[in-house]
Amino acid sequence: METAIEVRDLVVKRGGRTVLDGFTCAIPRGSVTGLLGPSGSGKTTLMRAIVGVQVVAAGAVTVLGHPAGSAALRSRIGYVTQAPSVYADLTVLENVRYFASLYKLGAAAADAAVEAVGLDRARGQLVADLSGGQRSRASLACAIVSRPEVLVLDEPTVGQDPVLRDELWDHFRGLAADGTTVLVSSHVMDEANRCDRLLLIREGLLIADDTPAAVKREAGTEDLDQAFLTLIRKHEVATS
Amino acid sequence: MILASTVRRILTQLRHDPRTIAMIIVVPTLLITLIYFMYEGQPQVFDRIALTMLGVFPFIVMFLITSIAMLRERTTGTLERLFTTPVGKLDLLFGYGIAFGLAATAQAAVAGGFAYWALGMDTAGSIGLVILIAVANAVLGVALGLLCSAFARTEFQAVQFMPLVVAPQLLLCGLFVPREDMAGWLQAISNVLPMSYSVEALTEVGVHTEPTGIMWRDLTVVVGAVVVALVLGAATLRRRTA
Repeated sequence: METAIEVRDLVVKRGGRTVLDGFTCAIPRGSVTGLLGPSGSGKTTLMRAIVGVQVVAAGAVTVLGHPAGSAALRSRIGYVTQAPSVYADLTVLENVRYFASLYKLGAAAADAAVEAVGLDRARGQLVADLSGGQRSRASLACAIVSRPEVLVLDEPTVGQDPVLRDELWDHFRGLAADGTTVLVSSHVMDEANRCDRLLLIREGLLIADDTPAAVKREAGTEDLDQAFLTLIRKHEVATS
Repeated sequence: MILASTVRRILTQLRHDPRTIAMIIVVPTLLITLIYFMYEGQPQVFDRIALTMLGVFPFIVMFLITSIAMLRERTTGTLERLFTTPVGKLDLLFGYGIAFGLAATAQAAVAGGFAYWALGMDTAGSIGLVILIAVANAVLGVALGLLCSAFARTEFQAVQFMPLVVAPQLLLCGLFVPREDMAGWLQAISNVLPMSYSVEALTEVGVHTEPTGIMWRDLTVVVGAVVVALVLGAATLRRRTA
């Protein structure tokens, strides 16, 4: 299987604290990989390093064969931050059109992205007037508008209603089927079942890197929450 | 083209904020009207002060607007996100410079036109030159605002940069005390503050019918300060942050 993202011995320090300490993982191309772990475990930091906006202390991050953050990657990668990073004083469509223009794409691409996130009816509304869930979908639309080869999504489904969340996951699966590499973080374990692979991360350490089925098998439980707990305990015993 | 769409995006944001547009356009005009009534019956004094203020107001307003707008880009995460896209730093800096420069042109034209035609302000040189210098000063405000926003973490801090950056320039520009009457060390400070040059340029337009060499030199200094501030601003924009 071809690797889209390779992280090797990554060390990141933020505010005097070592958030990632020698983190290593590989993410296969054309898959949906779930990055799971509690708040503060280093998910966002890892994602920032992958999209190339994080100062790293040591190690290497390679995306599609290029060092993370290199200019060649900027038109091939999409990033959705945890807090929706769209302009509150623009309408949904104005936001998406602006981001489309950065990739030299026109109105048609913007319309398609707005439709894909289910915001057609709110397209003329100012982002400031949207609900939290709608805002994060507007933010998502700005990332998928360029049809990136690598899509990095930091908790995109938080606050979405269950039907929409289901649709978004179908959308991610569809993108992956078309060859997009999707890395999506979540702290909701039931979403993990919809991923091809899982990276379980806790306190900057990789606890598991496998398919959901294999993770559950290894932990000996069908419940992913429980599986995560079991693996953490195993890991603690192994490292103590 | 990324620069053009960035300019359009910033102007669209402004368009969705009619109150800010109204303030940009109306406030300098109101203040100049206030000055008119303060110096009623003293047209020479009004001419001198109003002319200076036509350069000062756009500087203040654009400095504030830009530093807050840029700070918002940083704090809402849009800046971080933009840096994962093909946007260049210069696209952003010039995007703000051009967009707010256009707003400043409208502001200076309205305030200048009102001062000339409604309040009877009189200058030897042309109104076109006054507006040109006012716009250069506004763009200087934009450039310094972009730079200062890098040193502010909150909007409270950003606003405090205004007295820090604006007040010394206003006090030492020659409006209150002629520059040549100041103590040597104050003159030395005044000499390195760009607003001293824009005020001198405006004064030149006030007393000479044709643009003078001093005026062009001063305008060049102001434009040079804009370039320096933008380059320093670019240096404070980092694609990677801690």
